[in-house]
Amino acid sequence: MTEISSSSVPMMTYLLRSWRRGIIYIGFVAIFIVFSITLSDQGFLDPDNLLNIIRQTAMIALMAVTMTFVLAAGEIDLSVGAVAGFASVVTALVIHDYGFLAGMLAGLASGVLIGLINGLLTTRVGIPSFLATLATMGIATGTAMWISQTAAIPILNRAYSFVFGGGNIGSIPVLFIWVLVIGIAGHIGLKKSSFGRRVLATGGNETAAHYSGVDTLKIKLSVLLMSSTMAALAGMLYAGRLQSGRYQFGEGDEMSVIAAAVLGGTSLMGGTGSIIGSIVGALMIGLINNGLILFGLDYSQQLIARGGIIILAVALSQRSPRR
Amino acid sequence: MSASPLTAGSIPSRQESGTADDFAIAMKGITKTFGGVKALSNVQLEVRHGEIHALLGGNGAGKSTLLKILRGVQAPDSGTIDIDGVRLSEHSTEASRRAGIAMIFQEMSLIPTLTAAQNIFLNREPRGVAGLIDDRQCRDSARDLFEDFHVSIDPDELVANMSAGQRQLTEIVKAISQRSKVLVLDEPSSALTESEVDLLFDILRKLRADGVAIIYVSHRMEEIMRIADRATILRDGRYVLTAPLSELTLDAIISHIVGQEGRNLAMRQEGTAAAGEVILELRHASGPGKPTDVSLNVRRGEVVGVAGLLGSGRSSLARLVYGVTPLLSGEMLVKGKPVHLHKPSEAIDAGIALIPENRLTEGLIVTHSVASNMCLPVLDRLSRWSLVSGSKAAQLVDKHIEWLRVKTDSRDASMLSLSGGNQQKVVLAKGLATLPDVLVLDEPTAGIDIGSKTEIVTLIRDMAAAGKAVLLISSEPSELIAASDRIVVMADGHLAAEVSIADIVSNDDDPVERLQHAQQRLQLLIQKVNAND
Repeated sequence: MTEISSSSVPMMTYLLRSWRRGIIYIGFVAIFIVFSITLSDQGFLDPDNLLNIIRQTAMIALMAVTMTFVLAAGEIDLSVGAVAGFASVVTALVIHDYGFLAGMLAGLASGVLIGLINGLLTTRVGIPSFLATLATMGIATGTAMWISQTAAIPILNRAYSFVFGGGNIGSIPVLFIWVLVIGIAGHIGLKKSSFGRRVLATGGNETAAHYSGVDTLKIKLSVLLMSSTMAALAGMLYAGRLQSGRYQFGEGDEMSVIAAAVLGGTSLMGGTGSIIGSIVGALMIGLINNGLILFGLDYSQQLIARGGIIILAVALSQRSPRR
Repeated sequence: MSASPLTAGSIPSRQESGTADDFAIAMKGITKTFGGVKALSNVQLEVRHGEIHALLGGNGAGKSTLLKILRGVQAPDSGTIDIDGVRLSEHSTEASRRAGIAMIFQEMSLIPTLTAAQNIFLNREPRGVAGLIDDRQCRDSARDLFEDFHVSIDPDELVANMSAGQRQLTEIVKAISQRSKVLVLDEPSSALTESEVDLLFDILRKLRADGVAIIYVSHRMEEIMRIADRATILRDGRYVLTAPLSELTLDAIISHIVGQEGRNLAMRQEGTAAAGEVILELRHASGPGKPTDVSLNVRRGEVVGVAGLLGSGRSSLARLVYGVTPLLSGEMLVKGKPVHLHKPSEAIDAGIALIPENRLTEGLIVTHSVASNMCLPVLDRLSRWSLVSGSKAAQLVDKHIEWLRVKTDSRDASMLSLSGGNQQKVVLAKGLATLPDVLVLDEPTAGIDIGSKTEIVTLIRDMAAAGKAVLLISSEPSELIAASDRIVVMADGHLAAEVSIADIVSNDDDPVERLQHAQQRLQLLIQKVNAND
């Protein structure tokens, strides 16, 4: 006979589904506890160390916020790391000659420019964003190297360094405030605003969204523009924190940013996205980096260990490959 | 019949009573519960060797669940399955496949970048020297198979270049080539032209003569009446009856499917709504390719049906009116004002709504919720300072769920959890939520059950009565006749003919024959128009 006790099956799938949605938070807490115990002698729990993790992770977290919009719309932006480096150089050069305000505007403008190029290549010329942003990644890095002659450009403006990354208000790093404000705005923007709904619809099914009156090209252009502008801001924060502009700032960040978003439950296929998940994903990557350094691993070992942990986390948080 | 090999570890046990041996498939007492909801309750299905057995029922009647259980995708909570008299003791797709069950899906499972021959022998390619794939033998075997069934498809043709009908036939040939003893076809004709349907039926008859048991699922009653030997009808997850089709009338089948409260499509509401001023007007309108030089008026309160064969340009006309494709020459006027549409959002602003042909690719974001889908076209109306008001959205969604009687657990349920008919109602809700003056419906009842069909036809009449101008594109004559005031026939991108409903529905006929005769007249007209070209 084929008698099968039934009720356990839906219960299992329910548990499995909520487990997958919650894995990033469970994983974050678990890793935190493990590090707290094993690294207590190395000063993992020192307030200074914890604040440092936030400082080091802030730029990844900020870029992950807008990357979530890009991925939710079914696109990808590989140029964020290069744009950050480019914007840091532009800002440093302009501050040197024209001061704070001009430098700030020039830095943001460099992000807007590359975002427009990415967006127009994707929506008007029809180049997939994967390739368009791969190309602008090279262009941005090359331009940054060229105009800086591959040298670091010092920033001597104190106000700039305070606002953009270096300062503390009481014991709270300014960077933390940036992440908090942009994270909340991003969360509301994705979940509660009509724009966010349209982004999710575009990534979920572009044709159906178009038929529903969503201007899908405008949506794609907007998210790529947002992503580049945020990358430029991240570059300016690097510049403020390290009081210089350098083309290497943000190098390779695109991978950490995308990994953070995917860890946080955003699908590369589009149509889903969680800003809070992405920020926690970024914090988790920062946490792992910090822990590996405190464990005394050298850089090569860190890279290997970090790769392994990310594979494990993403594998656990993804839906099973079949159904 | 020899016992089919089952997977290791499962011991086939002979059925003790002899009767079950007569059946290729005997499913008995099948019950299946999903999260407290009974999808199937004590259902049976018995299919003989060499018969074409129709499985009928509305959406949500439990057909898909029953077939999934037969295919081993889901395990029943209780009940037995005997294949060729051998009890199936394990529930997996592998066990079902080994028992000789093949299924052809609504969604195609062919790989577009491979040829027909490569697809047919995918993963079981004939091997030649050194174990390499023998492409020539593969091709020759495929050609033989196609010739056997008089299918004119080149084995070297890429699936991507095939028409939907050719793909469907390739898929069927692939299933047959695996020497399946049981073939399950789920809506196989939805993508086929009329001549391809004839070809399919020839193939099925040949297989029936060879002793293959065929389960045929379709919402198209004419086809069922033509091809099936017996039918099993399910309703609301329960078994209703099994009977030879010779003993069933169309009316009897429909009333079994829809139950007590269902209404017959044939009962057309008498009297056409008083048509008002012209709302939608096309003057010599042409789009890219099709349509060509179309002039058409749709008045307030009027339903204009658009008939024609596949590829006659009906959907192109819908896309043109909705601004998906541009108007290249001619004029389009809404309420007397010329409009120039570049994208659907402009059409929505101009008061036009489209219920697109394919609800899964064009109508819905299936991974999102009922509420997200319904709100999408009207986000601006639901938003203040571009933040969506949760309460306004909920109000809109609940209103439409109630109005269209959408069966869903909640407004936040995923579209994937809804049946086809209810998904289609959500697509309708999306269009209606924009409060259009012009409603364009492209095959609004394709692939949905007869109960939902009747509801949708009634809704179309209600919308006309409420003062909308309706353009209804359909391949089902019965639906066009039931809903339209006027029917235009398209052929090769042109408007080839126009008839008022009074001209084809004759009052002389007796009520039962009236619909049949009207359908025949419409079919004749469509054929004639195409013969003239």
